[in-house]
Amino acid sequence: MRTFGQRAGRQHHAGPLTYILLGLAALVSLFPLYWNLVAASHTGERVVEAPAPLLPGPRLFDNLTFAWNQVDMGEALVNTTVVAGLVALSTVLFSTLAGFAFAKLPFRGRNVLLALVVATMTIPPQLSVIPLYRIITDLGWVDQLQSVVLPSLVAAFGVFFMRQYLLEALPVELVEAARMDGAHSLRIIWHVVFPVARPAMAVLGMLVFVQAWNDFFWPFIALTPDGSPTLQVALAGLGSGNHTINQAVVLTGALISTVPLLLVFAVLGKHIVGGITSGAVKN
Amino acid sequence: MATSVRAATGDGTAPPDPSPPPPPSPPAPSRWRGRLYRWDLKATPYAFVSPFFLCFAAFGLFPLIYTGWLSLHRVELGGEAQWRGLDNYTALWGSDFFWNALANTFTIGVISTVPQLLMALGLAHLLNYKLRGRGFFRVAVLAPYATSIAAATLVFAQLFNSDYGLINTVLGWVGFDPVDWESSKWPAQIAISVIVIWRWTGYNALIYLAAMQAVPQDLYEAASLDGASRFRQFISVTIPSIRPTILFTIVVSTIGATQLFGEPMLYGGSLGVSGGSGNQFQTLSLLMYEKGWITGALGQASAIAWVMLLILLLIGAARLLVARLNKESA
Repeated sequence: MRTFGQRAGRQHHAGPLTYILLGLAALVSLFPLYWNLVAASHTGERVVEAPAPLLPGPRLFDNLTFAWNQVDMGEALVNTTVVAGLVALSTVLFSTLAGFAFAKLPFRGRNVLLALVVATMTIPPQLSVIPLYRIITDLGWVDQLQSVVLPSLVAAFGVFFMRQYLLEALPVELVEAARMDGAHSLRIIWHVVFPVARPAMAVLGMLVFVQAWNDFFWPFIALTPDGSPTLQVALAGLGSGNHTINQAVVLTGALISTVPLLLVFAVLGKHIVGGITSGAVKN
Repeated sequence: MATSVRAATGDGTAPPDPSPPPPPSPPAPSRWRGRLYRWDLKATPYAFVSPFFLCFAAFGLFPLIYTGWLSLHRVELGGEAQWRGLDNYTALWGSDFFWNALANTFTIGVISTVPQLLMALGLAHLLNYKLRGRGFFRVAVLAPYATSIAAATLVFAQLFNSDYGLINTVLGWVGFDPVDWESSKWPAQIAISVIVIWRWTGYNALIYLAAMQAVPQDLYEAASLDGASRFRQFISVTIPSIRPTILFTIVVSTIGATQLFGEPMLYGGSLGVSGGSGNQFQTLSLLMYEKGWITGALGQASAIAWVMLLILLLIGAARLLVARLNKESA
């Protein structure tokens, strides 16, 4: 008992039961995604027939063509990429600037302002959509992509994330040495902060991209399925039956909206996992 | 501040101003540079944090106050506002739809959050073992997080379909009668909660996992010297050590549960906005959307939004209280 206890730490080797349970968890996590693919490869009639299909069918390509041409998932894909790309770029840029200021620059009111940033995270979008909708209606911005990009240009989460990272990763001496050399703040940002912050910027960029890609509530209000929707809005239009409800086509739409992000996750999953864990724990 | 930094680090070794044309008239440019330098040092931090606060002022704070103002008026989409005082709030108080939506938001919130966080804890514990295929398991349980609300809900709506859905088929194999996952209240709420649980359990598990790996090794060694079993160690070492992280995830998922919208909306198909045929899964957000965009009563919708803010403030206050109690007991 003692000797066993001595070696016992947090990193035990996993027993068979652990593998079984983890296998189940992985199965439950992945099965709906697999079934999405299955459903997208059958006819609409087959999908709504019991028992549900469990193996891929022959119709994937037809469904993709139909979703692409008839429902304009192609346009939605482009719109979503543009929106998520712009939001990710600007959030990363502004969050890095603000995170650097909060982490390394002394200024009056810093702690109060930082607390304010954190506090804003609890305000749900429901509190702003009604006035924003009135405003974009007045401006004629309904169905214009800028109405979903502008409110998301920077996020409290991003500011906090970059601040936490730079607090530890950026030595104050580096900033001071640059100042000694007569560098002004923009030069310091470019030559000192950005190089140090690059890994965190990449992770934040991916997290924000995923979030913007999947954002639903405000885009659903500001854009319409028949105008210039993002993928989520187009999907909502499919799901609520604005078009003929062919469930195979609906789920093909779901597949088109999911696969790009899953590919990103398959390639960069390790970094995203690291980013999620490092951002939240130091809270 | 500026001068003190210079004096502290710059004495002797490095010349403070290595500007190329030095001798002819050094005082004028250096004073100018010095002023610029000090101004740069003073103003830059504010310039760097200003994009966030400008964005928040324009798209967060101003609309929030405007919503409060609207909630005291009678407003229709595109129409003028008429002062109504607290009428919208008293109307909510007397509305069955409001209490129903509040109750649904609460019950779906509990059904989706409690099992989600408990399972995430267990999952994190399993992922913390020395594993072969560690990377695969981590990315696999995170895959649902990459799936959008819309895509996940549309897939699950098919899986939960009462007539042909796979879940009833499997229940049939085990010997259960088919469940009506759409029009019965509790099954529908459970189905919606399952979507939430599916999307967020892996994400929370990874957050717990990172916290667990930061727990000092000697705590476990001490516990096992005392003869504590592994389960005992999990309860009395792991859980207390990651308590701040647990609190954090509770707050985040409670905020998420309060504003639940997309899942019930799309799960209900053409009946989504009203939360099913008998409003059995209409949440506060859905009711707000229905009032604002279907009925066109923006004043009432704004009042619902402010009630949500109030609820979140209460949760925030409770969180502070718990944090303070934690500090005192520690």
